Amino acid sequence: MTEVLVVVDHVDGAIRKPTYELLTLARKLGEASAVFFGSPDQGAEVATKLGQYGAEKVYVVDDAQIKGYLVAPKAEALQQLVEKTSPAAVLFVSGYEGKEVAARLAIKTSSGLITDAVDIDDAGVVTQSVFAGNYTVTGKVTKGTPLITVKPNSAPVEEVGAAGTVEEFAATISDAAKTAQIVAQQPRKATGRPELTEAAIVVSGGRGTGGNFEPIEGLADALGAAVGASRAAVDSGWMPHSFQVGQTGKVVSPQLYVANGISGAIQHRAGMQTSKTIVAVNKDEEAPIFELVDFGVVGDLHAVLPAATEEINQRKG
Amino acid sequence: MNIVVCVKYVPDATADRQFESDNTVDRVGVDGLLSELDEYAVEQALQLKEKAGDDTTVTALCVGPEKGVDAVRKALQMGADQGIHVIDDAIAGSDYVATSLVLAKAVEKAGSEKKVDLVMCGMASTDASGGVLPAMLAERLGLPQVTYAAVVETQGDQVRVKRDSDTATEVIGASMPLVLSVTDQTGEARYPSFKGIMAAKKKPLETWSLSDIGVDAGEVGLDAAWTAVEDTSARPPRTAGEIVTDEDGSGATALTEFLVSKKFI
Ligand SMILES: Cc1cc2nc3c(=O)[nH]c(=O)nc-3n(C[C@H](O)[C@H](O)[C@H](O)COP(=O)(O)OP(=O)(O)OC[C@H]3O[C@@H](n4cnc5c(N)ncnc54)[C@H](O)[C@@H]3O)c2cc1C
Ligand SMILES: Nc1ncnc2c1ncn2[C@@H]1O[C@H](COP(=O)(O)O)[C@@H](O)[C@H]1O
Repeated sequence: MTEVLVVVDHVDGAIRKPTYELLTLARKLGEASAVFFGSPDQGAEVATKLGQYGAEKVYVVDDAQIKGYLVAPKAEALQQLVEKTSPAAVLFVSGYEGKEVAARLAIKTSSGLITDAVDIDDAGVVTQSVFAGNYTVTGKVTKGTPLITVKPNSAPVEEVGAAGTVEEFAATISDAAKTAQIVAQQPRKATGRPELTEAAIVVSGGRGTGGNFEPIEGLADALGAAVGASRAAVDSGWMPHSFQVGQTGKVVSPQLYVANGISGAIQHRAGMQTSKTIVAVNKDEEAPIFELVDFGVVGDLHAVLPAATEEINQRKG
Repeated sequence: MNIVVCVKYVPDATADRQFESDNTVDRVGVDGLLSELDEYAVEQALQLKEKAGDDTTVTALCVGPEKGVDAVRKALQMGADQGIHVIDDAIAGSDYVATSLVLAKAVEKAGSEKKVDLVMCGMASTDASGGVLPAMLAERLGLPQVTYAAVVETQGDQVRVKRDSDTATEVIGASMPLVLSVTDQTGEARYPSFKGIMAAKKKPLETWSLSDIGVDAGEVGLDAAWTAVEDTSARPPRTAGEIVTDEDGSGATALTEFLVSKKFI
């Protein structure tokens, strides 16, 4: 069977959940092989985990020469790996980095690229959700190696127990690729909550919080959810930009999205409209967010959320 | 300094965006405008020019249909010095790969007399929202790319950018020439002033075809695309949800019950 390459999304060897979702999709198209850019010391450990979720083979590419730079060196290494393995497809997580590595690789290998897929079927037909979720588009790559970036939460994580055999791959990185340098890097502070893009439930707050996110965080914790924010809340300095949901923030697609004190502007919708279930709490019954919801409460979030949080915590006992 | 800003003409996001019968985005029937996110790139280019003073030129470049010239004009009204509109019937239906080829060739031609130091882009277009063109353009031009800038600083030919990546806050350094994309975090884009609008009318605006930039018509357009759209369908409208009004705590109870019924608790 032909290989399908899955580029592993991780932070210092900690694999992020969307990678496992990609492995599920990859197995529909062929034999899943993971590509890990990282320290060879972590190779065996990482391969065990990737194997558990379906990777037959794990290419370990030493990132000593790569990690200090933006995407160009990774694209170079992948080009060499694609030449070696002639994969049926290469799958990436739809984040800034995944998309840009894929973009450079598309030009290097003369291959078609589809971004922000929400599904791939076994014939390689890719589904996308476009125009802020108002249209569903299906399509296919028709030239070269299909390069597909997939949104988090687009496929289930399946435990299958594959071999996860480590194969070291020595890539040659040109000096020309080492030009955009990471001068400083500050990992985001751990919030103790799930990662926004990966979370099954997201509870967001907007201008209606008036800057008090306690009711939002309380509900989020009762539900085991990630916290999000509208741009109005971010622009007001109430939450860091990394919490922003929307066109110019994170695009999320959780099982449940709870929007509180958020009006539902088109740019906000662009980041959450594909959520499976949508709930809103807003004191204005005319707020456009109510057009999207499965369930809505017209009321003051400062009253509704703490009371709901208490009821939820009681039910959980 | 020689700066080229890529500005895309997109269907208005607040209008009813649609597809044509051949599954390409309807760019004619729906009102269009300069992609909102590209205004931030124009703004940053103008600020760099104001800081550098002297002989910096800002050129707005758009690949797009006839009305695409509106996107270029808007950039000129904001303060760009000159505009280039690449238009050719053969371009319609191009995918990212082909669009990046046309943009790259146009940037090369724009820099034939004086080399281009900075190619600036928005973080993503508001229609395709791929956020991949800057990387493709950089690959084609053989340049470094620094994307999603929230803060841009330059000193001579050195560029420093602060940005929020997927997992960290970063400072990126690179030297010109390079491709730079900026986010809405860089700060409000200016509105064209009355003076700006009048001045724009006299600014040079060139129209180039594919042959002007040396691209073969067979390399672009719907038929040459490396991806094919098979089907587009409007998502069925969400069935109207249940909406309750909170009275003395009833909202919290109803909300909790909804969440329980959906097994979220
Ligand atoms: C280029 C561009 C990009 C953008 N990108 C994004 C993006 O990525 N993400 C994003 O979110 N926005 C984005 N925006 C901004 C967007 O247009 C809206 O301005 C923003 O989403 C509004 O945030 P909001 O809903 O919190 O605030 P508002 O629109 O002010 O809504 C506040 C809501 O809270 C309700 N409310 C007030 N008090 C209470 C209370 N006590 N209890 C309950 N409800 C209450 C009000 O009824 C109102 O509906 C972008 C805009 C532009 C121009
Ligand atoms: N047809 C075009 N003409 C000019 N610039 C474009 C065009 N398409 C994309 N761009 C630029 O590339 C950026 C990213 O586009 P995209 O990858 O489509 O999200 C945009 O913000 C523009 O700056």
